[in-house]
Amino acid sequence: MTAAALALEARGIAKRFGACVAAEHIDLAVAPGEVHAVVGENGAGKSTLMRAIYGLEPPDTGVVAIGGEVVARPSPEESIRRRLGMVHQHFMLVPTLTVAENVALGREPTRGGLLVIDEVAREAEAIGARYGLGVEAHRRVGELSVGEAQRVEIVKVLWRGADVLILDEPTQVLSPPEVDALLEVLRRLALDGKSIVLVTHKLDEVLRVAERVTVLRRGRTVATVATRETTADELARLMVGGDVSAVVRERRRGAAAGETPRLACEGLSVKREDGRLAVDAVTVALAAGEIVGVAGVEGNGQEELALALAGVTRAAGGAVRLDGRDVTGLPVSARRAAGLAYVPADRHGRGLSLEQSFADNLVLGDGRRYAGAGGLWLDRRRLDADARDIAARLDVRPPDPEERVGALSGGNQQKIVVGRALLAGPRAIVCAQPTRGVDIGAAQRIRAALLEASDGGAAILLLSSDLDELLALSDRVVVMHRGRLAGEARLDAAGLADVAALKARLGRWMLGA
Amino acid sequence: MSPSTRLWAARLLGFVWPLLVTLLAASLLIVACGRDPIAVGRTLIDGTWGSTYGLGQVLFKTTSLVFTGLAVAVGLRAGLFNIGVEGQLIAGAFLMALVGASLPRGTSSIVAVPLCLTAGALSGAALGALAGALKAGRGAHEVITTILLNFIVRAAMVGIGQRLFLHETIHTAPVVPGAELPRLGRFVDAFHGSAVNASLFVALAAAGALAWLFARTPLGARFTLVGKAPLAAETAGISVGRTTLVALALSGAVAGLTGSGFVLGYKHYYEDGFSGGVGFMGIAVAVLGRAHPLGVLVAALAFGTLSAGQLVVNAAVPKEIVDVLTAVVILAVIGTGPRLRQFVSRMKGGGAGQGARIQ
Repeated sequence: MTAAALALEARGIAKRFGACVAAEHIDLAVAPGEVHAVVGENGAGKSTLMRAIYGLEPPDTGVVAIGGEVVARPSPEESIRRRLGMVHQHFMLVPTLTVAENVALGREPTRGGLLVIDEVAREAEAIGARYGLGVEAHRRVGELSVGEAQRVEIVKVLWRGADVLILDEPTQVLSPPEVDALLEVLRRLALDGKSIVLVTHKLDEVLRVAERVTVLRRGRTVATVATRETTADELARLMVGGDVSAVVRERRRGAAAGETPRLACEGLSVKREDGRLAVDAVTVALAAGEIVGVAGVEGNGQEELALALAGVTRAAGGAVRLDGRDVTGLPVSARRAAGLAYVPADRHGRGLSLEQSFADNLVLGDGRRYAGAGGLWLDRRRLDADARDIAARLDVRPPDPEERVGALSGGNQQKIVVGRALLAGPRAIVCAQPTRGVDIGAAQRIRAALLEASDGGAAILLLSSDLDELLALSDRVVVMHRGRLAGEARLDAAGLADVAALKARLGRWMLGA
Repeated sequence: MSPSTRLWAARLLGFVWPLLVTLLAASLLIVACGRDPIAVGRTLIDGTWGSTYGLGQVLFKTTSLVFTGLAVAVGLRAGLFNIGVEGQLIAGAFLMALVGASLPRGTSSIVAVPLCLTAGALSGAALGALAGALKAGRGAHEVITTILLNFIVRAAMVGIGQRLFLHETIHTAPVVPGAELPRLGRFVDAFHGSAVNASLFVALAAAGALAWLFARTPLGARFTLVGKAPLAAETAGISVGRTTLVALALSGAVAGLTGSGFVLGYKHYYEDGFSGGVGFMGIAVAVLGRAHPLGVLVAALAFGTLSAGQLVVNAAVPKEIVDVLTAVVILAVIGTGPRLRQFVSRMKGGGAGQGARIQ
C-alpha cells in the first residue's frame, strides 16, 4: 500500500515520560473503509498511540498522516479539520443538554446570530438512521442509557464530518446485546467508506468485526495481521508474548441442606437517593468456597447491592448474614473485622488513595490490623510486610511499598485492591469488577488469587460485566435486572455443555426479556 | 531516584521556589518605596539575626507562627482549610489568661501551666469542633464558618472585654506567678531582654507530637486518607464526618495554645489586639511548609524573621510590606504547584508523567 492510499498512518511513534518509555516504536496503517483493531495489554502503548494520533499529546518522534498528508502541527482541532474523530472511553457529553445541542456543541450553526438547533437535530437523526444509530435528537442526554449516550458520541463525531473514527474501549460499558448493535454499526460505517480504529481488550470482538488487527506490546508494534488468518489464541500470545493458560475451574457443589451459608443476603433492599428501590428484595446464599457470579447490564442494582453488603450504605430492608450471624446493623469496619472483605468496582474513587503510597493504601483494608497499642500506634512495619506480601503473591510491579499508587499501572493498582481484600484470609468477599480495564496478565493473576481464596473456603460474590470472566470463575451465575434477580444458572457440566445457548439465556435475562 | 528521594526533592523545591518569588516581590516593593533592597535587606538581617537580642525577638515571633502554622497544617492534612485560627487563638489566649488569673496565688507551676494550656487548647478546640460539626452535620463549608466565627469572636471580645478588662485598660488581670512561662533570658544571658520564652518549647513539642501523629498513628492515617481520598475512606469504613470534626477540633486546640507565648511567657495578661494577625499568617506558614511539621518549623522561622524585622526596617519601608509578602507566598505556592509537579516528574527516574507526592 502506498502512503497516499491510507486513511490513517502512524510511523515510528515514540514517547517518553521521564525515564519511562510509553511508546518505543509504534506503526499503524489503516486503509479506507477498514475496521482496524488495536490490541495490547495495559501499558502496551495503546493510549499513547491514540493520544498522539488525535493530537492530544504529540509524540517525541514519529509522524502521523491523515488521508495521506502528514500532520505538521498536531492538535485535536487540526485532527477534526482533517476529518479524524475520536469517541472517548469517558463520554464528553453535557447531561443537561439535548442530544442535538451536544452534537452541535462548540460549532453551533447560527442564522442572523441565532442558534438554529432544529437543523442539527434533523441532520443528527439522519446520520443516526443511516448507520443504525437510532438517536432521538430532542431528548436530554442525562436521560439516556450508557449505550445511547455512546451512540450520541458517534453521531457527534460523524456530524463533524469524520471519515476516520477512533473508538477507545467502546464496549467496556455495554451489555452483550448493545455490543452486538455497536459492532453492527461499525460494519455499516466501514461499508460506507469510513475507517474505524477500534481499541479494545476483547479479542472475540476483534475477530467478529475487524479486518485487520495491530498488536502492541511494550511500546512496540509486534504484528499487524488479517483476522481471517489468525485466532484468539494467536492474538493473545502476541499480546502477552507467551502462552496464555486459561483459568479452568473445577466446579464445586453449592450449600448442602441444613448447612449454614457463609454469606447470605435475605430479601435485601436498597433505596436510591430519589427513594426508588435500586435493589429489590434480593435473596442469595453462598456456601463456603462457593463463587456466585452476578451478571447484568450496568446500573441494574449490582453496585448498590455490593455497597450494602459491604456496609458502606444502609439497607432499606432485609438482612445480611455472615456465618449465620446478622451483620446488617454493623458498620464497614466491624464487618471487615468479622471477615467480610470488599473489592469496590470503582478502583480510583473508592478503592485507592492515588497520591499515597502502596503501604499507606493498605489502611483502607482492615484498618484495625494496623492499630497497635489501643489505636495509639500505626504499625508501619506490618503495613510494609503486608505490602511486600501482596506484591509477592500477585506480582505487583514495582514491589516497592513506598511507591505512589497513582504512578502504578491500572493492573498493578487493581492487584493491590484485590490483594488487600485477601489479606488475613477473609471468610467472604464481595468482589466487584475485579479485572475491569486490566491487562490479561494482571487479570490472570487476580483470578488465580480469587480462586485460591475460594479453595481456602472463602465465599465470593463476584459482580462483573465480563460474562466470560463470570463463566470461567463462578459455580453459579445470577442475573440482576432492575434491582431484582431475573434468573440463575448453575455452571455444572450440564450447564456448560452449550455455552452459546447459556450466554443467550443470560443475555435475555439481562435485558428482562 | 527512589520515590522517597523524589519526595524530598519535591518538598525542598516547593519550599525554595516560593521563597525566591517572594524575595523578588519584596525587592520590587522596596524599590517602589524608593529604597535600595539590598540595604534594606541588610538592615533587616542585622537587626534580627545580627544580634542575640534580635534572634530572641525572631524566636518569639516564630513561636506564635509555629502554633498557628501547625493549626492550619492539621486542617490541611485532612483536606480542610481552617481560616478560623485567628479567632481560635484569641479565644484560647483569653481563657488562658482568665484561668491563670483566677488561680490561687501560690499555685505551683506544675499545676498552673498545664491548666492554663489546657484552658487555651479547649477553647480553641470548641470553636474548631463547632465548625467541624457544622460541616459534618450540615455540609457547611469550613472556610465560610471559620471566617464567620472569627467575626463572632472579635465582636464578642468587645463586649466581654468591657466587663473583664482591668479598669481603663485593654488587658486582663495578670496571671499568677505559677502560671508564668520563664523567659529564655533567665537561662541564657545572651537572650537577656528579649521576649522569647519557654512557650517555644511547647511549640516544638506540639510540632513533634503532630509529626508523630501524622506519620505513626491510625488517626493521622485517617486524616490523610480523608483529605486525599474521601470516597475511598468512606468505603473503607472511615467516618468522613467524624474525622472532619476531630481534625478541626485538634486544629483549633493547637491554635488555642498560640497565646501561651504572649499571655504566659511575655506580658502575663491577655491584651486586645495582641495577635497582630498571626493567625492569618499561619495560613502562609502551613502552605509554605506543605502541611508538614518540619516544614512548618522552617517556614515559621522565615516568617518570624520577617515579622521581627518589620520593626527594624519600619523607618525605611512601611511595615504592611510583611502582609503583602504573606499573601505573595501563598499565591506563589498555589501558583507553582502544578508546574513543580511536572518539573519533579521530569527529573531523573521520574514515573510516566506522574507528579511527585506533594503534601
